[in-house]
Amino acid sequence: MNRRLLRRGFSNVMVGLMVGAVIVALLPLFFILVNLLLKGAGSLSLDFFTKTPAPAGEHGGGVVHAIIGTLLIVGVASLIGLPIGIAAGIYCAEYPTSRITWVTRFVADVMNGTPSIVVGVFAWTWIVAKQKHFSAFAGSAALAMLMVPMVLRTSEEMIKLVPNSLREAALALGYPRWRTSLSIVVRTTLPGIVTGSLLAVARIAGETAPLLFTALGSQYLSFNLNQPMAALPLTVFTYATGPYEEWHQNAWAAALVLILVVFILSIGARLAIRRRFDLNG
Amino acid sequence: MTALTEREPPRASAAAPASLEVRSYGDRLFKLLLTIGAVSVPVLLGFLVFELWQGARLAIAKFGLGFATSSVWDPVTEEFGAFPLIFGTLVSSLIALVIAVPLSLGVAIYLTEFAPKSVRQPVAFLISLLAAIPSVVYGLWGIFVLIPLLRHSVFPLLRSGLGFLPLFHGPIYGPSMLAAGIILAIMVMPYVMSVSREVLMAVPNTQREASLALGATRWEAVITTVVPYARSGIIGAVILGLGRALGETMAVTMLIGNRHEIASSLFAPGYTMAAAIANEFSEAVGDMHLSALAYVAFLLFLVTVIVNAGARLLIWRVARGSGAGSKAL
Repeated sequence: MNRRLLRRGFSNVMVGLMVGAVIVALLPLFFILVNLLLKGAGSLSLDFFTKTPAPAGEHGGGVVHAIIGTLLIVGVASLIGLPIGIAAGIYCAEYPTSRITWVTRFVADVMNGTPSIVVGVFAWTWIVAKQKHFSAFAGSAALAMLMVPMVLRTSEEMIKLVPNSLREAALALGYPRWRTSLSIVVRTTLPGIVTGSLLAVARIAGETAPLLFTALGSQYLSFNLNQPMAALPLTVFTYATGPYEEWHQNAWAAALVLILVVFILSIGARLAIRRRFDLNG
Repeated sequence: MTALTEREPPRASAAAPASLEVRSYGDRLFKLLLTIGAVSVPVLLGFLVFELWQGARLAIAKFGLGFATSSVWDPVTEEFGAFPLIFGTLVSSLIALVIAVPLSLGVAIYLTEFAPKSVRQPVAFLISLLAAIPSVVYGLWGIFVLIPLLRHSVFPLLRSGLGFLPLFHGPIYGPSMLAAGIILAIMVMPYVMSVSREVLMAVPNTQREASLALGATRWEAVITTVVPYARSGIIGAVILGLGRALGETMAVTMLIGNRHEIASSLFAPGYTMAAAIANEFSEAVGDMHLSALAYVAFLLFLVTVIVNAGARLLIWRVARGSGAGSKAL
């Protein structure tokens, strides 16, 4: 009898420890978000979003060059990466028995686990070394390469959820295969594919390592993809590791902007999908 | 006028496929486009391996396999050895696992086995947010919040308590192997947690019921039946976390102190493969220096591929075909 109480007590102690683990695991999230708000919000002003950086060590200035740079670099990366990833995803879902599918899936998993800095080195040897100068486009190429496997896996998972009866119905009505795929399968899963794409964009928007020696960063507003370009994560890195107090303040503010963008994208994507598919990624 | 006579005769459509074979022109074009997309993925990876090898060729020819065991790193004399980098990569990742694995497993087991339904989703969602925070933001937070905290309270405590061990001995700087390990622990925790959770959810309920029916407490049921059933998947989740930690760049670069040396103390600065590439690549001038860094990247790529492939195989053994872990990769 006594032993049973002991065992039950031990069980409860373990549950208590696990609740403790949950709290400890959530502490860093809480601290990081609170610090970002406290230290970053004060520097957010109209100037911050509309001006380029002030000379080193002076007050004021903004990060408009980095915001535009991130939009351009991520935009171009999406134009390259999304179509390839979605097409490959549809292929893997529609032809699950093909050997190409097997290889592509395996390679996508390998690529997903590849450190982003390695992809950056690849973009450097492939584009920067051959052109002999840093460029925003090389950064976009690296990010696109990171996007493809992410988008592939999410869109494939989504399309797999479409019941076969829908496909069969369309084919029975005399739809050719391609129209079945496009107007039945892809249309029903479009929200899922959009979500997968948004999540991929959210994940690469904060990537710094692959841009270090491709887009390189800059202090000026530029729209030329063939030249070095600033990006928000690069700005956070430069300012955080720099010597000036003003830089540190701007680093916090830029990080706050970056995290807002990333969170809005990824939470928005998840909420959009929650209603249709039960997916908690 | 009956409906019968008005009805159109059934059309014999030439485009209607008898089976699912490709027939019409549109089908061919569509399949071709999809195939191009699918085939381009392996082609891209092959290209990546080829380019990395090309970039590393000079260094491979000069240093060969001794690169991994030599400790000299001197751009002036063009002598390079990656042993301190490999050492630092392994040590910082191990510290991360030692801290993150118990926490992640605790959270994963609690969420799948004990938590009330209303708690599960929100907690899992909040922890997944940790995975969405960019590495560079972790680095920023690490420099200005975590390191001061460690330097003033945690490290001195560790030294006074465990100072007799060489691990916690010597001067305290702040940027250090231990600081990098701690930030890595926070960063890999969401991955280990979510994959372990998927694996635990794949355990059939009959296992739990049988154990409880035999009189086990809830904790005993979990630890004697559920966890052993999912063992290889949990190991897979841990190895997946290791793969993440090995390749993590920005946060580590900002916190580890970046010194090409091997120290016995975890309070001393160190270096990792990814951090060395991040720091030196854009400033490297000599071809041999660049090539040595590409060689480091090539080695890092090989290691992560091996680690991830092993993790996937282990996860598949438990949650076959459920795609578990592919989202977290």
